[in-house]
Amino acid sequence: MIPAVLARDVRKSFGAVDVLRGVSLDVKVGEVFGIIGPSGSGKSTFLRCINSLETIDSGDLYVNGEFVGHRLRDGRLHELSDRELSAQRMRTGMVFQRFNLFAHMSALDNVALGPIIVRKMPRGEAEAEGRSLLDRVGLEGLYNRYPAQLSGGQQQRVAIARAMAMRPDILLFDEPTSALDPELVDDVLETMKQLAGEGRTMIVVTHELSFARDVCDRVAFMDQGLLIECAAAAEFFGAPRMQRTRDFLQRLNATTRA
Amino acid sequence: MNAMSVPDALPSMANVARVSRRHPSRWVVAILCIVAFAFLVRAFAVGQIEWSFVGRFLTASAILTGFANTLLMTALAMTLGILLGLVAALMRLSSNPVAQLLAAGYIWLFRGMPVYLQLLLWFNLALIFPTIGIPGIWSARTVDLMTPFVAALLGLGVCQGAYTAEVIRAGITSVDPGQVEAAKAIGMRASQVMRRIVLPQALRVITPPIGNEVIGMLKHTSLAAVISYNEIMHTASMIYFVNNRVIEMLIVCTIYYLMTVTLLSLGQGWLERRLNRGRRGDKPVEGVAT
Repeated sequence: MIPAVLARDVRKSFGAVDVLRGVSLDVKVGEVFGIIGPSGSGKSTFLRCINSLETIDSGDLYVNGEFVGHRLRDGRLHELSDRELSAQRMRTGMVFQRFNLFAHMSALDNVALGPIIVRKMPRGEAEAEGRSLLDRVGLEGLYNRYPAQLSGGQQQRVAIARAMAMRPDILLFDEPTSALDPELVDDVLETMKQLAGEGRTMIVVTHELSFARDVCDRVAFMDQGLLIECAAAAEFFGAPRMQRTRDFLQRLNATTRA
Repeated sequence: MNAMSVPDALPSMANVARVSRRHPSRWVVAILCIVAFAFLVRAFAVGQIEWSFVGRFLTASAILTGFANTLLMTALAMTLGILLGLVAALMRLSSNPVAQLLAAGYIWLFRGMPVYLQLLLWFNLALIFPTIGIPGIWSARTVDLMTPFVAALLGLGVCQGAYTAEVIRAGITSVDPGQVEAAKAIGMRASQVMRRIVLPQALRVITPPIGNEVIGMLKHTSLAAVISYNEIMHTASMIYFVNNRVIEMLIVCTIYYLMTVTLLSLGQGWLERRLNRGRRGDKPVEGVAT
């Protein structure tokens, strides 16, 4: 079976800074894959590469068996056109740390916009679907609120509904709870748990260790642009093999308990 | 008892009457302002102004036509300015170095010359190009083409475009890059992102300065009098050359300009409130947002 995501020796640098120094991993269809690691370890960049928000310098990166960002033709890799890139991005949904809801649109318009103008769905149908998606993330009746009138947790759940409205094969979460007040984190995690329960393919970059332990199938630890360790969640947290992973988990546990 | 009990060592002021602070200097300044204003009003009342002439010419058909031409030119030149400004702003922000350079050159050139000079250049274009057109398909004598109306429209509009380009560019760059990323992430193409996400949000930032520019344009149209475009100042001067009521005619113009600027300011306020819907500080319709 073709993996949902396959990365082989992916490298990426911003100027002199090597952000990804040869990352290899595969995510199976239906798997919930967690990535943890200190800030600056390259985990967000890796996620952004999967969605072509960044372009990799070298290595192979496949999403659903399709090479990301380029197409192989007469023995050479041709950069995708704007149209092809959009079509490819449509199949992955992205949830950002800072929500990035369209500030000039209501919650419902945020969710319905993609289906209407990218998937060419009739407005009425898109709005009906948008309402039911907002209901599912627990935002009944808040359809006409603008982002500035919603709490951070509510905004992030609108963002999740917006990503799901495109019916993506893979959902990418880039530290979805890092910008939230502590008491708002649980609602968002609950929504994500619910999605995981539906058998969706998800890649989650997070600092929420309990979420990674309880919800993710496999968890990877990244540090300084490298994938240090990757294992089934229970094994990863129960018996981490690498010293660096153990140090990181210990430090994070210490701060959460304090 | 909710309040903590405190010792009674210091007296309670709960039932003592309070007296506000006095502001004698405010009274002095206010009276001085009123006296100065009264002097001004009196000066104009006893000055050599035939107010009956003002009243009579306020609705003269020539003046009304001139005023209509002023409004028409303001609207058309501003429209041209915004279109050119949008194109130039997008070119400056594009990743094509040739387009960037061309836009920068356009802004440099037309912001660098006085509008008065530009109007004269357009009006006298025939001295440079006796005929213009598309070679082999169509051509015309520049003198016939470059009427006062066309020259004023180009002179004012092309110059305005150079200013508006910078306003629009600033508006576009003020939009959070996260908005663009989110739009790309749901599969929107670059042109859709610009049209649906970036420009509508830039509009909120662009509107106040563009409102100022519209008010500026209304008054700049008076410069087109120099190339004998028939706007209100030109009409007024034609009339006072004949009847010698210079001040009265100028007051008629003043009334029309002030009236229009007042209406434009009201319209701008309304538009800004509309564009600010859903921004922070705007109250939700019902319930509480935390």
